[in-house]
Amino acid sequence: MSDPATHDRSTQVPSTHDLVEDLAQSLTPVRRLPSPGRRTLIWSGAVLTVGLLLVPMSDVSGLRARLAVPDLHWAALGAILTAIAAALAAFQSSVPGRSAAWSWLPLPPLVLWLGASGLGCLRGWLAPAANLAEPEEMRGCFVFLMGVSLPLSVLLVLMLRRACPLRPNLTAALGGLAAAAAAAALLVPFHPHDATATDLLVHLVAVLIVVGLNGLFGGRLLDRNAGPRGRPVTGSIRKAND
Amino acid sequence: MRTVRVGLPGRPFLMPGFSPALPAASGIPAPMPVQSAALSGEASLPAAMQAAQVGDAAAYRALLRDCVPVISAMARAKGVQGAALDDVVQDTLLTLHQARATYDPARPFLPWLRAITQRRAVDALRRKGRRPKEVHEPLAYEARADAGPMPGDDLERRERAAILAAAVAHLPEGQREAIEHIALCELSLDETSTLTGRTKGALKVNFHRGLKALRVSLSSRKEGTDV
Repeated sequence: MSDPATHDRSTQVPSTHDLVEDLAQSLTPVRRLPSPGRRTLIWSGAVLTVGLLLVPMSDVSGLRARLAVPDLHWAALGAILTAIAAALAAFQSSVPGRSAAWSWLPLPPLVLWLGASGLGCLRGWLAPAANLAEPEEMRGCFVFLMGVSLPLSVLLVLMLRRACPLRPNLTAALGGLAAAAAAAALLVPFHPHDATATDLLVHLVAVLIVVGLNGLFGGRLLDRNAGPRGRPVTGSIRKAND
Repeated sequence: MRTVRVGLPGRPFLMPGFSPALPAASGIPAPMPVQSAALSGEASLPAAMQAAQVGDAAAYRALLRDCVPVISAMARAKGVQGAALDDVVQDTLLTLHQARATYDPARPFLPWLRAITQRRAVDALRRKGRRPKEVHEPLAYEARADAGPMPGDDLERRERAAILAAAVAHLPEGQREAIEHIALCELSLDETSTLTGRTKGALKVNFHRGLKALRVSLSSRKEGTDV
């Protein structure tokens, strides 16, 4: 018997229809992603675990003395808040439909962090007896920041990859800022000297490198949805468009 | 025989331009304008997506079909035109598929879909190195007909054909044969008579009765929707 439904099949190229069918047939159950806030908590928990593992190696008495100084106290708080806010912004930006305004969330704590650190630059002038950094210690800080930022960035990118970042470079850069700020916060217990202009510069360079590398490579890692490369079905669908 | 699966509640399935194979004088009433399919069933979209997250392929298929015209309209609003529209629709469907775990059923579905569509539309415009053209005459721009078919046209055409097939299948044997051979396959009365072994007079009677029955069944089906 002639089937009217297939009568005119040869006269059209049903590419969208085929894609819908392919997607429906390849459907598998998925576990819904936890909310961005919950994922931020999970990542912050990982950062906290790294911090606890490092506690035996820290200079607790020195830390207590440094945190008594207001600007160092605020700088540490700023770094912690920047890490949390940037991680939350990164997770928010990885979910379609969330407001782009989330990307500005890390800005106030970042200003606090950099501002309070900048105040430390005046320390050498205001308090000549303060313990200033040696070049060797600067190198140690830089290596610590980069070394801690790397695994935290990798963890964050892996968590972000489970979502669908529509602006992968922005999401990855926010993730880089979160990792760098978390590394800076973890550095506080090990910081053998007070803040100076060169110290701030070293921190700033390290943060910019981490953010830049994340934006560059993390963006590519997160951009798994763009373009024909990410298509689960090929062949007939592509051919139909050509 | 293909089966027809109607999508989300309120989804209209008789669209303008229906009756491709029936003669113009068949008597089937002219179709009426319809609303956007997905918008009429907007309230059920989160539930359909939630069902898709747990692996309900039928709900997912219906959801994707409903999304096609909506994605198309959103991409147009972003300035995508012509053949690129189809690419954006398909890219968006693929991204939707990959991002389905990120959807929270407690939130509305359309903003989630819009974010994906707009991003894919921007990607398409960038890929082509084109920007939306400057419009000096908005009215002329709005009234301009598109060069190609809409991305969802083939889906709708198939759906209409499937509905017609189901209606024809429910006709009595003689009427069904007459409709299939004369109207759908466009054979002559002589050819049909040779094929079926029925007289031309009987074929004519069956043909007209079949058309009348189809008119009744299809118009009652249309009235059953919220067109």
